[in-house]
Amino acid sequence: MSVDRGKLVFVLPGLIVLVAIILFPLLFTIRVSFSGWDVAQPGLDWIGLANYLRLAEDTRFWESFARLAVMAIGSVALEYLLGFGLALLVWRDVRAGRFFRVLFLIPMMTTPVIMAVIWRTVFHESLGPANDLLRLLGIASLPWLSDAALAMTSVIIVEVWQWTPFMFLMLLAGLLSLPREPFLAAAIDGAGPIRTFLRVTFPMIAPISIGAIVIRLIEASKIMDTVYVITSGGPGTATETSSYYIFIRGLRDFQIGYAASLSFTYLVIMAISLTIIAKVLARAMIVKDNAV
Amino acid sequence: MKSIKYTLLATTVAVALGGTLASAQDFKKYGIDKDVPGLCSYDSISKKNYKGRTLSIITHAVPVMGEPTDLHAKQFEELTGAKVNVVHVPFGDLFQRIMIPFQTGQSAYDVLFYGSHWIGDFQAYLEPVPQAYFNAPGMKDVTLNYRGVATWGNKMVQYPVDGDRHYLKYRKDVFDNAENKKKFKEKTGHELAVPKTWEEYDEVAGFFNGWDWAGDGKPHFGSAEVTKRDDLMFSAFISRAAAYAKHPKVTGGFFFDLKTMEPLINTPGFVKALEMFVKAKRYFPPGGDSFGLGDEIFSFGGGQTLMSYSWDDAFIQAMEPKSAIRNKVGAAPLPGSREVWNRNTKKWDKFAEPSYAPYITWGWTSAVAKASKNKDMAFDYLCFFSNEANALHDLQIGRFGVNPYRNAHFEVSFWTDKLGWDKAVAVPYVNTLSGMDKSKNRVFDLRVPGVNQFMTSMAAGVAEAMAGQKSPQQALDGVAKEWTQIVARIGKDKVREAYANVVALEDNK
Repeated sequence: MSVDRGKLVFVLPGLIVLVAIILFPLLFTIRVSFSGWDVAQPGLDWIGLANYLRLAEDTRFWESFARLAVMAIGSVALEYLLGFGLALLVWRDVRAGRFFRVLFLIPMMTTPVIMAVIWRTVFHESLGPANDLLRLLGIASLPWLSDAALAMTSVIIVEVWQWTPFMFLMLLAGLLSLPREPFLAAAIDGAGPIRTFLRVTFPMIAPISIGAIVIRLIEASKIMDTVYVITSGGPGTATETSSYYIFIRGLRDFQIGYAASLSFTYLVIMAISLTIIAKVLARAMIVKDNAV
Repeated sequence: MKSIKYTLLATTVAVALGGTLASAQDFKKYGIDKDVPGLCSYDSISKKNYKGRTLSIITHAVPVMGEPTDLHAKQFEELTGAKVNVVHVPFGDLFQRIMIPFQTGQSAYDVLFYGSHWIGDFQAYLEPVPQAYFNAPGMKDVTLNYRGVATWGNKMVQYPVDGDRHYLKYRKDVFDNAENKKKFKEKTGHELAVPKTWEEYDEVAGFFNGWDWAGDGKPHFGSAEVTKRDDLMFSAFISRAAAYAKHPKVTGGFFFDLKTMEPLINTPGFVKALEMFVKAKRYFPPGGDSFGLGDEIFSFGGGQTLMSYSWDDAFIQAMEPKSAIRNKVGAAPLPGSREVWNRNTKKWDKFAEPSYAPYITWGWTSAVAKASKNKDMAFDYLCFFSNEANALHDLQIGRFGVNPYRNAHFEVSFWTDKLGWDKAVAVPYVNTLSGMDKSKNRVFDLRVPGVNQFMTSMAAGVAEAMAGQKSPQQALDGVAKEWTQIVARIGKDKVREAYANVVALEDNK
């Protein structure tokens, strides 16, 4: 009994932190989602499922999910490809390898909002360097932020620029931790670089790849600051993502109760989606028989 | 006996004069020209003793309003011995950072600087301005519009520190150019003149779009407007809609019918304005359909576009001493319309002369929290912040975001002598701004509880139409539907009671 109590004393600080920073806010958000708390009606009244019924008919919210899926999957796929490519380059002994490793990490070290402001200037259609560069190359200027598809592309470019280093870091760490023996065996068997990559490197790095992809998908699905600064969700609603929409309803409109119901619904959908995505990725990427 | 009296009198006068001169000398170190005597003057405030007390202020980020808040906070500390803590918050966060302490009953800030259109949401948490401050000469000189903006019902709950309005800005040198006049006449058959209607604006902007009318080897464009969805675009749309939807002879509401609280946002006046707004995209500079306020200021103030309309900032930037277009710009009332929708008769009424509807848009204001434990010090700070000397000082610094709001600010000599503006620029500027106070057909912001919900809804609808996702009518029908839902959620009576205050201002009651 005393041993159990002793254990409890050690576990207690962790439990308190868990309750304080995860469980309480979550339970409070659920409670708020059943209230009509807004700018004119402060406090926790009880309005039942009214917010959830309203949410079910809120096409802007559901459309924002579709955009989020395009944005998150598109940017994470590109980040994975680029990050993996860069990690493979630096993995081998290359000249100034340490310099490149640090260089590739710089975007991730910058503050997202500040970088978004700089990128907004880059994409400025009258004064930004992106169009200056295109004109120098003899290409017509592009409506980076005022065309729906290009605005989405611009946001994805910024995300990819900022977060490819994360992929790079994770995958490089994974590559450096791989055992040498399978590669030696492949070399003895006469496997070329492509075959070695497909049958040895890729299958062995797959668990780390899945981890990195899922972590980035979680982060990318929360995209808000880049959208807020670069496009404000426009043109029209072309780049409005779920988290940006929740921000508008919650903190700009001050519809606290409704925003809580949006947040909780978002959390449930994301938890289910990401679990399914992780399983699908595991099935697709982890090869059971990974012999050369 | 007589000589003693004279000696005493002379001594008193000498001391008083000496004291005045000495204090005037002392206060000049704060960057002002001269201290203006009164309740809020440097001299009066320096006699207060707030040593050992702390004043908490929340304001906007530096420089707009944030910088003058800091400047006058430091001066206030030096003069009174108080400690002043200033918290700076970006505009997007300002509402919630003020509202959350209000709703949770905390006394987080004594003094608040924020957008005046939030009065409907904040008024219940604000301390009315005490009667004593109404006697300050600076307060007595505040123009009718800005007394109205600061007032809720019959109580002034906001302390006026700024005056804002939307007006037309244009390149005077281009309009005055004989060659341009000739070309314009040849192309359009009309005389080139400052637009009096949005149709004329459209024609002029279209003519001057995409060619080098400034002679600097670069293409220039017709119009710069605030079009970025969540970056104050709603105010640009109201500017355009006022001309078509604010009928000078129809009372009882611009955004809603006050009697029924039915939204009017999808009536033909607003729809026509949105159609014109969508059409205007043709003569925006590249990227002009995603311009935030900063882009609009830079585009007109930097000489890229011929015309613009919004707050003072673009005009002030154009008139900065180092600006290439200094003294080449003009100010005029917002364009009007020769036909205005009459919601009573459900017909367009024609006007021989354009009907104008000045938009007295929201601007910076300040207030003292009801929950503050330092109300005396807080009001003294605001009174000092906006005293005559400080206001004239702040008006001269464009980035401060302080614009004319007292009758004294409409003296042409202030703009010509202090800021070096040409008289030909200063006179129309002053007349345009002061003329709005005289109008009987003004439009004010929708100052009701939940104003942000109404405005974000409207901005989203307008943005959908601008992006071609919906037709103007479909987009505004969607906004009207959402407004009806918002009214139902907040409470029809609650919104109506608040909206009656706005309608009273618009109907000149």
